[in-house]
Amino acid sequence: MRLYEYESKMLLEKYGIPLPKRILVKTPEEAAKAVEELGGKAVIKAQVLTGGRGKAGGIKIANSPEEAKKLTEEILKMKINDFPVVAVLVEELLNIDKELFLACTYDEVAKQRIMLISDAGGVDINEVVEKDPSRVYREWFNPFYGMMAFKAKKMADFLKLPKDADRALQSVIMRLYNLAVDYDTTLAEINPLVLTKDGKIVAADAHIEIEDDAMYRQQQRLEGMGIHDRPSTPREPTEFEKLAEENDMSDHRGVAGRAIDFGGSLGCIIGAGGGSLTTFDAILRYGGNPANYCEVGGNPPVKKVYGLAKLVLSKPGVKGLLVCHNVYSNSRVDLVARGVIKAMLDLGINPAEYPVVYRGAGAFEEDGYAILRKYGVRYYDRRLGMDQAAKLAVEMLKLIEEKEKEGKSLEEAQKEVAQYIKTEEFVKKVLGEEVAKKVLEGL
Amino acid sequence: MGVFVKVEVNPEKCKEAEKLVEICPVDIFAVKDGKVVVVEENEDECTFCNLCVQYCPEGVKYTKLY
Amino acid sequence: MGILIDENTRVVVQGITGREAASFTEWMLDYGTKVVAGVTPGKEGMKVHGVPVYNTVKAAVENHDANTSVVSVPPRFTKDAVMEAIDAGIELVSVFTERVPRSDVIEMIQFAKDHGARIIGPNSLGSIVPGKAKLAAIGGPTEETNKAYTPGPVAVLSRSGGMMTETCSLMSVNGIGQSVAINVGGDPIIGSMFHELLPLLEKDPETRAVVIYGEPGTVAEETLADYIKEHGFSKPVVAFIGGGFVDKMPGQRFGHAAVIVTGKKGSVEGKKEALRDAGVLVADYHSEIITLLKEVLKMK
Repeated sequence: MRLYEYESKMLLEKYGIPLPKRILVKTPEEAAKAVEELGGKAVIKAQVLTGGRGKAGGIKIANSPEEAKKLTEEILKMKINDFPVVAVLVEELLNIDKELFLACTYDEVAKQRIMLISDAGGVDINEVVEKDPSRVYREWFNPFYGMMAFKAKKMADFLKLPKDADRALQSVIMRLYNLAVDYDTTLAEINPLVLTKDGKIVAADAHIEIEDDAMYRQQQRLEGMGIHDRPSTPREPTEFEKLAEENDMSDHRGVAGRAIDFGGSLGCIIGAGGGSLTTFDAILRYGGNPANYCEVGGNPPVKKVYGLAKLVLSKPGVKGLLVCHNVYSNSRVDLVARGVIKAMLDLGINPAEYPVVYRGAGAFEEDGYAILRKYGVRYYDRRLGMDQAAKLAVEMLKLIEEKEKEGKSLEEAQKEVAQYIKTEEFVKKVLGEEVAKKVLEGL
Repeated sequence: MGVFVKVEVNPEKCKEAEKLVEICPVDIFAVKDGKVVVVEENEDECTFCNLCVQYCPEGVKYTKLY
Repeated sequence: MGILIDENTRVVVQGITGREAASFTEWMLDYGTKVVAGVTPGKEGMKVHGVPVYNTVKAAVENHDANTSVVSVPPRFTKDAVMEAIDAGIELVSVFTERVPRSDVIEMIQFAKDHGARIIGPNSLGSIVPGKAKLAAIGGPTEETNKAYTPGPVAVLSRSGGMMTETCSLMSVNGIGQSVAINVGGDPIIGSMFHELLPLLEKDPETRAVVIYGEPGTVAEETLADYIKEHGFSKPVVAFIGGGFVDKMPGQRFGHAAVIVTGKKGSVEGKKEALRDAGVLVADYHSEIITLLKEVLKMK
């Protein structure tokens, strides 16, 4: 969970890291008053859950309360990278000598916490890491030893600041490390960490992320500080995504959801996690136009698959369906088939006359195939690769759309294509003779 | 009735209705007026785990409809 | 001797009385794996599928000579369970539990390093040496496992458990078996990354080629590429990275944190490029894995 700047600074304050004077406001009028309190001049900073605020115009200097009012009005209306600005932080102007960078995060390869320090603060640190790595100093931490004073000393010494500032910096380093450990942060970054002209070290900006998997032991005290759990996606979910989420939440067993709206014509019931990614990649690589992404896995009950399939099939613009799952070890082929077929029947769709490419294999596949056979659905087993199933579905949709262009109604086109895709000819055309022979043998 | 699975129960032969409710992992049984009945909307959730039949072999039967 | 495990491996299952653990214990036994004991505090004396349950790993090791553990306990107890196993002398710990906080994960990995033990996972569905033994839930029941996994010359390392079974199943229907398949785990920080398992595969005489299944995020694949470039690897490696479309998703950004540490972005295109650069054969489509394998194994 990413924290807003003002929330991150609440944590820094708790750990005694020096901060500029600041006032959080939610209206232009409050902003004007805040600037007055801070002496008539201040920085106006958009509070938003994304980087790149400065470049997007979310950070401005107000030279008077009136200006602050005007700027705040503009900033509060902004969206930055699709994220809304929820408030504005009015902050004292600092007399900057140097802008530094300090962060604590995990190194996935060393499998330890790492701290990074640089004199190249105030800019995109990623560019510095890429172009001039020697300007960044790194220190790793054995979790059982934790922070040791000499490590902070080594890190601070890299920057060669005047003696008093060096000491203050060491203190900030140790405090930030402790905060990171105590709050399970995946990132605790101060950029810039400012050395002021009068030799003080002040955290001018802060970016903290707390690990979602550790929320069980962090949530309570974060709530106590007024910091609430939140989703990390910027975009408002579409109606389809909302309904899919509701359906998935209706039962705790398994997953039949994680739907993303793509607005295309090929409906997708795909899974599980990696299987969804692999199938979806192939759809896009073959030039397909998917209606949605989703994940079905962990052996969900029939009614959840049914609910998801119904949403996908009745989604505006959907003309055909791809059902494709990796070989199941715990999810059952028959239960997924039941859900999909039931959704069709309930929507008044005759499964035998609807264009669908169906690939499933694994636990209870014989029962699954028996169901699909009964309702006239051509299915494929584990011999057909997932990307090959995607290719068949993409070609199926192209045929439907061609027929529509020829002037046929969607329903006619679907009916005709539904029959044609069951022929050997279609499979041969799309996948070649050799593959077709192998995947169709015995079906 | 289920589309894929039909479950039948004879309440006369399965007297301890509550047990059957407890044993089924997908809630196919319920108690009505002290007797065990089939919850039709859950019939298609049946996983053939066979626990109900093991518990009451004389009184429960399920049939695949495909 | 198989890689990591074989028919002589003696397994203890921590959390054996849990729903998931109880069923995969049955599958492991049925597959022929020696599950010699289980551990659930407070349930000593119980049996799960005939396997005796103890309160501590120490008792399981003393009474049954267990040398490998599968951990399937709730996330908040996982760190302690893993360290308990290592403290009792267990050499290989496969962690099934997912959603373990990273600060716990780095501690258990450090503990393993300090004691010379190896961790697979967390968030690993398990590992298998086809025909000999398997750990945790990989492949499901024996009938399903046998359809997907067959003995042969190719080692498979995968970040996704489900796609490992899919990949091996596709290999098996095309007549290509596996020397070992290891689901390294889906989490950002894991005990054994791809490059850390490579030396075992280099040494193994039965392994003639390696398949890697990667995913977006982290620098596991980039690190593997760096390792191969630096240390060399004598056997052909084929890789597939799922989820390329995520690169192009609006609003999607790969952990800023990972970028500042490594300068690498974790994008699928970046991974593929790094792997190609290290001489790895990269499949753009999943089924291309088969085509590439047939080439390197000189099959028709």
